[in-house]
Amino acid sequence: MKPAPFEYQRPETLEEAVALLAGNGDGARLLAGGQSLGPMLNLRLALPTHVVDISRLGELRSIEASDGGVRVGAGVCHADFEDGRVPDVAAGLLRRTAAEIAYRAIRNRGTIGGSVAHADPAADWPATLIALGASAGVRGTDGIRETRIGDLIVDSLTTSLGPAEVIESIFIPRLPTAAKWGRCKINIMPGHFADALSIVVRGGAERPATVVLSGRVLPPVTLSRTETLLDAADRFSDELAEALRGAVEEDLRAGPDPAAIGEDDADLYKVAVVRAAKEAWS
Amino acid sequence: MTRAVEIVINGEKVGAQVDDRLSLADFIRGQGLTGTHVGCEHGVCGACTILLNGAPARSCITLAAAADGYEVETVEGYRDDPVMALLRKCFTENHALQCGYCTPGMLATAYDIVQRLQAPDRRRIRLELGGNLCRCTGYVGIVNAIAQVIAELGGPATPA
Repeated sequence: MKPAPFEYQRPETLEEAVALLAGNGDGARLLAGGQSLGPMLNLRLALPTHVVDISRLGELRSIEASDGGVRVGAGVCHADFEDGRVPDVAAGLLRRTAAEIAYRAIRNRGTIGGSVAHADPAADWPATLIALGASAGVRGTDGIRETRIGDLIVDSLTTSLGPAEVIESIFIPRLPTAAKWGRCKINIMPGHFADALSIVVRGGAERPATVVLSGRVLPPVTLSRTETLLDAADRFSDELAEALRGAVEEDLRAGPDPAAIGEDDADLYKVAVVRAAKEAWS
Repeated sequence: MTRAVEIVINGEKVGAQVDDRLSLADFIRGQGLTGTHVGCEHGVCGACTILLNGAPARSCITLAAAADGYEVETVEGYRDDPVMALLRKCFTENHALQCGYCTPGMLATAYDIVQRLQAPDRRRIRLELGGNLCRCTGYVGIVNAIAQVIAELGGPATPA
């Protein structure tokens, strides 16, 4: 199995990478860890004219922690989070998220920026980063803009990135000390993509609850009714679980594409949210 | 398009002119090192797993061009490496392979497991093996082999 022919390019700087993207037109694809692009090339689902390899750019591998959070280069690998080389400003959620991505061989190469840019609805980082209020530093020919991940990812495999824009860094704000999180990923076996993934963050008075849900056929969505319900709750109970199921159902029905969600998927989504909420109280 | 690459395979520098789209797995096999097996060719089955700069990676979804200047260790390598020698012994003793197709990738992953993790239990070993498919053994022998290596090493091993 071979990819269709393309030209491989390896720029020395990010600026050069942006220039190559601008010069190559729509046919160029960035190669970071290659753990999504690689399979897509082999399966010929992706047919780029140019592959621009940014995997060696040192400027994409920085890790800078501050009081406000941590800014990581887009080329930081999942294993860097898993092994604790990135300070976990979200009280363990970053490490847990990374550790549940695929397999170690994938985590050694796959990058956080690549995961966001690929915007697979079944991926682990997008929903997690949205729940944490993270943002991306995006470099284009006109300079750098900072965009919330929730605005960057607009649909399945679709972002608001321009053809000559590159995610340079991801900023993850520090979770308040009082905040609690829960995460539930439902997949057919460990390492597989998520059929359903929910992240619940509860922060007490200052930070209202955040509930993000995504899945195989569902790009990340924030569930506002479910959040309101969680805000009003003071403990996890069977009654709350039942109410949550109803709220998730309503949120999904009010979502952008309710017809695309089958009954089985909807069941998984409810289970994921309830389990994540339960963990956020434990 | 083609380009010149130089990749260190099992300690030996290999220079070649490669097609831009050539996978690292095919590059390695093209050197006569056919121990690296190509299974699913989209990063799922784990048969092509090699060590890339010391860490497990899928060679079927890595471009040879992107591995230019890197160090690769394949199943033919690990010369004088006591940890791999022990893994091979325990794989044999525990019937951890039958047809052998998954074995090169299994060994690369097992090598990582016994060195990276602090005394993993059997459940953790199974979890870590999730990215390597074996259709013969039912995995019991493989898990036993890795558990035996960890026991014989008396805890986490150190790299050779």
